Amino acid sequence: MPTYSKSKNNKDGKRDFLIISTYAMAGIGAASVAWPLIDQMNPAADTLALASTEVDLSSLEEGQAITVTWRGKPVFVRHRTPEEIKLAKEVSLDEMRHPETDEERVPNEKFIVLVGVCTHLGCVPLGQKSGDVKGQYGGWFCPCHGSHYDHSGRIRKGPAPTNLEVPSYKFLSDNIIKIG
Amino acid sequence: MINHSSSFFSNNIVKLYLGLLIIFSSNLSFAAGDKISYPQLNWSFSGILGTFDRASQQRGLQVYKEVCSGCHGMRLLAYRNLKAIGYNEDEIKAFASENSVNTINDDGEVVERPARPSDKFVSPYPNDKAARAANGGAYPPDLSLIVKARPDGANYLHALLTGYIDAPADQKVPDGMYYNKYYSGNLIGMPQPLYDDGVEYADGTKATPDQMAKDVTAFLAWASEPEMEDRKRLGISVMLFLLLLTALSYFAMKQIWAPIKNQ
Amino acid sequence: MSKSKFKNPVVKWIDHRLPVFSFMDHELNHYPTPKNLNYFWNFGSLAGFALVAMIVTGIVLSMNYTAHVDYAFDSVERIMRDVNHGWLIRYIHMNGASFFFIVVYIHIFRGLYYGSYKAPRELLWILGVLILLLMMATAFMGYVLPWGQMSFWGATVITNLFSAIPLVGENIVTWLWGGFSVDNSTLNRFFSLHFVLPFVIVGVVILHLVALHRFGSNNPIGIDVKGTQDTVPFSPYYTIKDLFGLSVFLSFFAAAVFFFPNFMGHPDNYIEANPMVTPAHIVPEWYFLPFYAILRAIPDKLGGVLFMFGAIAVLFILPWLDRSSVRSSQFRPIYKIFFWILLLDCILLGYLGAMPAEGIYVILSRIATAYYFFHFLILFPLLPYIEKTKPLPISISEPILGGGSTASAFAVREKK
Repeated sequence: MPTYSKSKNNKDGKRDFLIISTYAMAGIGAASVAWPLIDQMNPAADTLALASTEVDLSSLEEGQAITVTWRGKPVFVRHRTPEEIKLAKEVSLDEMRHPETDEERVPNEKFIVLVGVCTHLGCVPLGQKSGDVKGQYGGWFCPCHGSHYDHSGRIRKGPAPTNLEVPSYKFLSDNIIKIG
Repeated sequence: MINHSSSFFSNNIVKLYLGLLIIFSSNLSFAAGDKISYPQLNWSFSGILGTFDRASQQRGLQVYKEVCSGCHGMRLLAYRNLKAIGYNEDEIKAFASENSVNTINDDGEVVERPARPSDKFVSPYPNDKAARAANGGAYPPDLSLIVKARPDGANYLHALLTGYIDAPADQKVPDGMYYNKYYSGNLIGMPQPLYDDGVEYADGTKATPDQMAKDVTAFLAWASEPEMEDRKRLGISVMLFLLLLTALSYFAMKQIWAPIKNQ
Repeated sequence: MSKSKFKNPVVKWIDHRLPVFSFMDHELNHYPTPKNLNYFWNFGSLAGFALVAMIVTGIVLSMNYTAHVDYAFDSVERIMRDVNHGWLIRYIHMNGASFFFIVVYIHIFRGLYYGSYKAPRELLWILGVLILLLMMATAFMGYVLPWGQMSFWGATVITNLFSAIPLVGENIVTWLWGGFSVDNSTLNRFFSLHFVLPFVIVGVVILHLVALHRFGSNNPIGIDVKGTQDTVPFSPYYTIKDLFGLSVFLSFFAAAVFFFPNFMGHPDNYIEANPMVTPAHIVPEWYFLPFYAILRAIPDKLGGVLFMFGAIAVLFILPWLDRSSVRSSQFRPIYKIFFWILLLDCILLGYLGAMPAEGIYVILSRIATAYYFFHFLILFPLLPYIEKTKPLPISISEPILGGGSTASAFAVREKK
């Protein structure tokens, strides 16, 4: 059986170059086919079209909170009382795990908007309903592993590493916000 | 004699390959043999390099909206999709908000809200039975896929929309039916939809039935195959890549086999 | 050979414990292959490629598909419109089925022309026919999934074939449907089976390859390899040839996917399934048409079904139906003519399957069906007794005709 010896054909480098470039090109072709197969798992056009949501806050009274769904996750909106706002603004940042001022987190001090997902392991914290446990700092309390959040959604006690996430949102008018 | 086949291929394979490819790539639609033949139009989107005509599509959307949408839905199309035929987000938002969709409010009541760009085109009837009942038992089909769902769809649709003529004397046309020379069986439940100046085009194009039929067909062809332009564009690159790979691998094969063939 | 042929220490370590690299080196690299194979031998590897492409695109599609009568049609359209590159993946899968059958049918006719099913390759052939059957079942169930009009009515008609079975037929059909018509239960089980059967095919393909590598490939002159001078190592000779074949195949495939994606489909399948309205003219996918023509050619319900399955059953016993000891048609002047008649007969059957079952088409279908069974059941066993085969060469490398010495026994008998 004749075996294929490279040396025989290696008299001029051009010829091996041909073979190598053929296989290289086939490899490039195979690799580029992989992209559509991977990309199909990214959010589809209809999913992306639902990536923003509008919320009307006109009926939300002081001290009340609502939970809306945004990108499949709960978003907390709470209408804070003057007392709560005062507490959130006055507290010293020194003792915080993730120091952020209330002004940084809440552009319109009356309404706080947060992604309602505990930054520890993804549970939904309590504190939206009037009867809920709100934790030692009066904000939200995650029942899974005992993380306490304050009126600004900042982590104050417990295992969560960072403050509750603030989604990107803007006020379209005094009472309507667009999240996302 | 033993190697006859390989020598045949080595001499003629390039011709054979390219020849077959050309035959294969030339229009194959002749195979769709149908009994009624319609005028074959020169659509901007036919052929392997064809693209949609944006102005025609936009006029077509207007015809759909003002003429067809009273009875025919397009449930697979979303308002946001109109971006592809040249509308911006504000225009789409305004277009969508002219329609309303049902939603359930916090008190559990069904209320109406204006449609958003992310909503699908609102159908004129709540369900198929209502559509049938309102049209004397004839179901006005959803138009989302109509061009793909009929053989030679674009030509058929154009022919059908312009095919209303007076019935021949020996043909009895029952109440609620209309005579169309291109419809299978000639009796169709849809009254003639397009008349001169049935719509008023913003760009000054004269709204003849033929023009409107062409425009709405262009719009519906896109609705059936919104991926068509991307598909053809990607197809050209892929074909060029494969032609090159075929040539390279052919010469690499000749190169590798040379010592065996020369034995 | 015992001293390790691998330089890479990791490969060497693994191979010593789990000789996968030795196996691949032996079966894919050194594997001795007849050096005179023509391009028709490319279709085996092309079929393998098509199978892998179908499985990969199929898995990806299943991530976006919903197997429910209310959502199936719309979920496929969502794939076409909203999922990233969804249209590409779906059109590859849809056209891939047709191209898979094209490749496999050429592969089968290659086997018929060159006598690749004859001893000692009978099991290799039988496994191949089994793959064909599994492919048909998989393709049929896959076609139901988009839940268009053709999906629904195709499923209804084909499952109803089983009602032809005496006594238990109706019960079997109800069992297949999981209800009293094709409905959600049917769609769900078809999805499940469509997903799993390709992996069964992979298993049978592996057996097919094991059987192939036992005696190696047949070749265009059909005589056994006499020694190493008749063969070349699979790599690089046939790897490059397979790559070239693949490029040619992909050129046609890509032309279909990108420019004529619906050419081999049916417009009615873009209308959502409606159990109340049957389309005016229902036809199966083109690759079933010859069998569909046989089904309709027989004026009896049970008979039609039996003949249709019989058309495949004869393939299973072909190695024993054909009594000729000469493999390649190159040396069988009469059989060669009949081979082309069979090919034309199958194409004619395919054409007739697409035509309405009336008038001349019915008569032609019966003639074509009769020829098909005549070819397998009468011609194959009897032709060798009257055919004078041409003298065979001594070996692949020495194309010197060996006079009467290696000619077929039947040819010798004929001389007397």
